[in-house]
Amino acid sequence: MADYTLKIRRFDPESGEPAYWADYDVELPPERSVLDGILQVKDREDASIAIRCSCRAAICGSCGVRINGRSALACNTRIGEASERGRAGVITVEPMGNMPVVKDLVTDMEAVHWRKVRRVVPWLVPAEEPPEGQEYIVPAEAMLDVTQAMACIHCGVCVSACLSLEVDPDFIGPAALAKAYRFVGDPRDGEHEARLKDLAEDPHGIYDCTHCFACVEVCPKDVAPMNQIMRLRRRATGDYGIKDQNNGYGHEKAFTNILERWGTLHEAQLLPRSFGDGSLVKGQTRPSAIRQLVESLPTVIQGLKSGKVSPKKALVHPKLPDQKQVRRIFDEVESHDERIELNLYIIGEMAGEENE
Amino acid sequence: MKLAYWPGCVSRGFTPELHGSVAKVAPLLDLELVELDRANCCGAGVIAEHNQELADTLNARTFAMAQQVQGAAGMMNICSTCQGAQSECQERLDASANYRGEVNKHLEPEGLSYQTGGEWWNKNFLWILAEEIGFDALRERVQRPLTGLRIAPFYGCYIVRPSKRLGFDEFPQRDAYLDLLIEALGGEAVEYAGARKCCGFPVITMNRTTSLRQAGRHLADAIDAGADCLVTPCPLCHLNLDLQQPAAQKFVERDLGIPVLHLPQMVGLALGLEPEELGMGKHVVSTADVQRKVADLAAA
Repeated sequence: MADYTLKIRRFDPESGEPAYWADYDVELPPERSVLDGILQVKDREDASIAIRCSCRAAICGSCGVRINGRSALACNTRIGEASERGRAGVITVEPMGNMPVVKDLVTDMEAVHWRKVRRVVPWLVPAEEPPEGQEYIVPAEAMLDVTQAMACIHCGVCVSACLSLEVDPDFIGPAALAKAYRFVGDPRDGEHEARLKDLAEDPHGIYDCTHCFACVEVCPKDVAPMNQIMRLRRRATGDYGIKDQNNGYGHEKAFTNILERWGTLHEAQLLPRSFGDGSLVKGQTRPSAIRQLVESLPTVIQGLKSGKVSPKKALVHPKLPDQKQVRRIFDEVESHDERIELNLYIIGEMAGEENE
Repeated sequence: MKLAYWPGCVSRGFTPELHGSVAKVAPLLDLELVELDRANCCGAGVIAEHNQELADTLNARTFAMAQQVQGAAGMMNICSTCQGAQSECQERLDASANYRGEVNKHLEPEGLSYQTGGEWWNKNFLWILAEEIGFDALRERVQRPLTGLRIAPFYGCYIVRPSKRLGFDEFPQRDAYLDLLIEALGGEAVEYAGARKCCGFPVITMNRTTSLRQAGRHLADAIDAGADCLVTPCPLCHLNLDLQQPAAQKFVERDLGIPVLHLPQMVGLALGLEPEELGMGKHVVSTADVQRKVADLAAA
């Protein structure tokens, strides 16, 4: 009597046949992993099923797959829980998304993941020579900020889940950008600004992330790649004032300026201000801004025609009754010399104690 | 039930039909809404991208105002993005007493302070329907079951991810509520690939191609799955899926033309309200087909 059914997507490019789904029975207690299930099937029923795996303990990052459509490590997913989430208890297992399949559950990590990682110059470019005859020692607290990015095991699960990559295969992607932050946040690296400028100007760089949390949701190591991308943006705009051709800088400035001035979002000004580095005047006079405004014109007209937006609403936006409070908060918080960031990855457990 | 009510910016801006339909629907559900008309924008993740402490302080201000509403069970929002941005700030504020103290100092001049602990919550209208009212109680209030209407749910990222932060430990079905709600109202929930994917709105000014390919693809998937319309609890998704739909056609190289309802509009139809009361004429993609089907239901 089988405990679980695995529905595995099989594909052998050398056979010349298309991919197909095949069901396999597994006998295992619920706390064992989906990987254990696949290995049992290989052992008992069909040794030709291809899967890449090694440590079985979520350390090596080899066994990334999609289980019931959700990207995950097979070794890190309990078979009982997977069955609860599967349709009629059946657990579907298919190769990771956004990358070519080599055979069955094995994907080509080189074609997408490693190529993108190399794109971000994944090594330290020292700012200065180490002191004569000594190592370059960094204070431990200076490295705290990058420990989360350093926890990455390069399993590719976030790449598989990324919803931007799904529509733009050229997007540098969550894993590689998290890797980029690992060096941008490292005080020993001497190329912070050049790295940020490169990633901000690339149309498939930091501003091609749609902020959908898909990578955060699936990462088995809590690297939260999207958060690292947001940090790259924060550094690019806040620390270096990099004005990029993708309006990343403009969008952030526009949004921030509008809130500081009105307290709520004045949507009609967001577009021109985003196209003009945050400035309404530049956003209506600069040639590149005009081109983008013209491109958006049909949408604006649709909005007016539908009655969603009236010309008055587009021009006049009410200030909050207590806008002074919002402005004061902006002044107080933005006048700090040091940026205060609370990273739960780092302080999580400590904070719990502090609350008691 | 009395609730502090945060409508968000977009519901009073480019999707006024959303704000209006909540006003019509709430009394039919015995929800007494005290609108936080002095509260500020949640920052939509953009302010957090700019300065985390600023985003946390601005939302702490909103939470503190909501906590001052006498007799309110909690705070309600009507936007997946507000839910996500505010939950993110709340998680940090709740995690550290020191940090919370620092943030609250900025609110002191107005006598405001965000207090953690206890039963206080901030829930999207969808969660209110599922958890505070309940689908069984809702079923009893249905005046016009949406029989035969094939509705594709579109959740919006921020209300389903990250699940750890969004209370899925306590409410594991939060990523299925929209499907369950459609069924409770008598409609048919359409299964399609895009239900929990990204509408693309956050990068509409930064990468139009990525943005509208996303919107276009999900709309096309819903059409191919036989949907009559989509429904979403997120007005920002609505902007990309409805307002931008004509433009999105170009990026997926096919005709689209599928109406997108706001969550309270769908609820309102089932509770017997008329489409015009729910602002269904204020969409870019005509809702006429949905209106006709609903009228046929009433006639039958």
